[in-house]
Amino acid sequence: MIDARGLVKRFGSLTAVDGVSFSAADGHITGLLGPNGAGKSTTLRMLYTVLAPDGGEAWIDGASVIEAPLEARRRMGVLPAGAGLYPHLTARENILYFASLHGMARGDARASAQELIGQLEMQEFADRAARGFSQGERLKTALARALVHRPRNVLLDEPTNGLDVMAVRMLRGLLRRLRDQGHCILFSSHVMPEVAALCDAVVVIAHGKVAAHGTADELRAQAGAESLEEAFVRLVGIEDPQGACGGGR
Amino acid sequence: MKSHTAIWLVFRKEFRENLRDRRSLITALIVGPVLMPVLFAALLSIGIHHGRTQSTRPVHLAVAHARRAPHLLAFLHQYDIRTADVETNRAGARRLVERLHRPLIYVSRAFGARLAAGRPAALRLYANESNRSEREALERVDRLLAAYGGEIAKLRLVARGLNPLLLTPIAVHPIDISTPRSRAVLALGGLGYVILLTMMMGGLYLAIDATAGERERGSLEPLLTLPVEREQLVYGKTLAAGAMMLVSLVLTVSGFDVMLQHVGLARLGMSVDLGPAGVAAIVLECLPLIPLGAALMTLVASFTRSYREAQTYVSLIVFIPTMPLMFASILGLRSSLPLMAVPFLGQQFLIMSVLRAEPLRVSYTLVSVGATLAAAAALVWLTGRLYRRERLLG
Repeated sequence: MIDARGLVKRFGSLTAVDGVSFSAADGHITGLLGPNGAGKSTTLRMLYTVLAPDGGEAWIDGASVIEAPLEARRRMGVLPAGAGLYPHLTARENILYFASLHGMARGDARASAQELIGQLEMQEFADRAARGFSQGERLKTALARALVHRPRNVLLDEPTNGLDVMAVRMLRGLLRRLRDQGHCILFSSHVMPEVAALCDAVVVIAHGKVAAHGTADELRAQAGAESLEEAFVRLVGIEDPQGACGGGR
Repeated sequence: MKSHTAIWLVFRKEFRENLRDRRSLITALIVGPVLMPVLFAALLSIGIHHGRTQSTRPVHLAVAHARRAPHLLAFLHQYDIRTADVETNRAGARRLVERLHRPLIYVSRAFGARLAAGRPAALRLYANESNRSEREALERVDRLLAAYGGEIAKLRLVARGLNPLLLTPIAVHPIDISTPRSRAVLALGGLGYVILLTMMMGGLYLAIDATAGERERGSLEPLLTLPVEREQLVYGKTLAAGAMMLVSLVLTVSGFDVMLQHVGLARLGMSVDLGPAGVAAIVLECLPLIPLGAALMTLVASFTRSYREAQTYVSLIVFIPTMPLMFASILGLRSSLPLMAVPFLGQQFLIMSVLRAEPLRVSYTLVSVGATLAAAAALVWLTGRLYRRERLLG
């Protein structure tokens, strides 16, 4: 369960996030949808505690990201945008390093890593150095690393950027499985079909503010639009949908 | 999780990863500890060999009109000066020296007559003083000519019934009190500098890779989402850089110990035998520099914009601590209590003192260790504080 209340973040004179409030429930996949530069990543970064908010507050399962950041971090698994690996460590060692810093006992960590390696079909490259990994192999390793401590909340920043079709399908399958197990999934994207296909709830962010919040159907109804894309364009208040959500790279 | 556990985990991972990085390993374990002593040994033996042969090698000299001064030439031949007769006039002498690359003595026409008459007899000595070997030859010939003149002067006094000692109002006896070991130290003046430099280089790649490299690869942000205080992350990284510096330091000092035994200083009547105790003393005296250097490199690398920029700045940082050493050697500073408080300079004095086999000066050592540790503590603390900044993410 993730709760954000009036989050504000300024960079110099620019207000990147201007009073964002929403909540993401357990057992749901919540999408943060918005054009590039809308403040999605900054919002996520405040939630996963690498940026300190200039105003507002947020809680991860009741743990304040401001008052108790370590407690909040324990309750989430994070996949930042463009997350990288340690090239001289194997995939398994990359995963186990994060497990150890989460304070997991060695045996638990090994078992958890092994299970994720199975689930994500990583057996083939699990014990190879990460140096020459493909995009898909890197993503799987970074995902396993984010999930090794079995977090209740999972935050992903633009996870499908630069992935091929197979990797995207794998990711969707995984996120659905996690949702069905009762996890709270929050991910950001500017790719409309992806959000429509996957999300139980959508938070539309534009110009640092929440423009709308609801299920895909509710958003369509609210905007009086036929498709989610049309709804998005009306809610965000921009004319050119190609520039704003042109289907990703 | 206890804080020291996290520091240990970060340390262990960084150290292990670094051991798998060939480039880093070569810098820390081969260039410093093996290549530097070998290079130093090569320079030293060239220096020793050159110095030894210069004073014993015969000097070749061209002489124009040798028949005008047969006694002088006989005198020079006694002292291993080889002469070759050349035909030239005064105008051609210059060009001849340029062509032959050796000094030339031009005996004037009236040389014999003036000598017999007790008046100054002219010799022209042509040499290119900008050429080192010619200058050295010239110095020897000069000394011999002065000695020859002195002999004649004494004979003239004796012939006139005067005591030749009148010409020697002061008798100077230079007495060299240097020991073989202290002469070796003079030759080894740069050793402390090289030890400190290679120690810093040992941690260089790890410090960059664990900070700027981590950010450039995109693994820093996930790392910061772990339930570990940022200070502990950076302390672990600093510790790992320090461990590489320690490995490099121990290997380098040991490498120099081996080098010193084989470079042939004994042939010069010099001896420097560090031995295990000397190696241990140098390592222990340099130990406080490790947290200081590691924190300095980690701090600078953390706040650069890219890996390349970090490489540039940290490579410069490696040389900054050696600046006091250069100042000291240019100004010829001697060790004193306040100077011992300057990090790197104090350690340089301590290293030289071990090489000279001087007894340990407790107050000097304490000031050096104390001041360096205080600076290190301040820098480590600052690094931890600055690691909390959001700018860290780049």
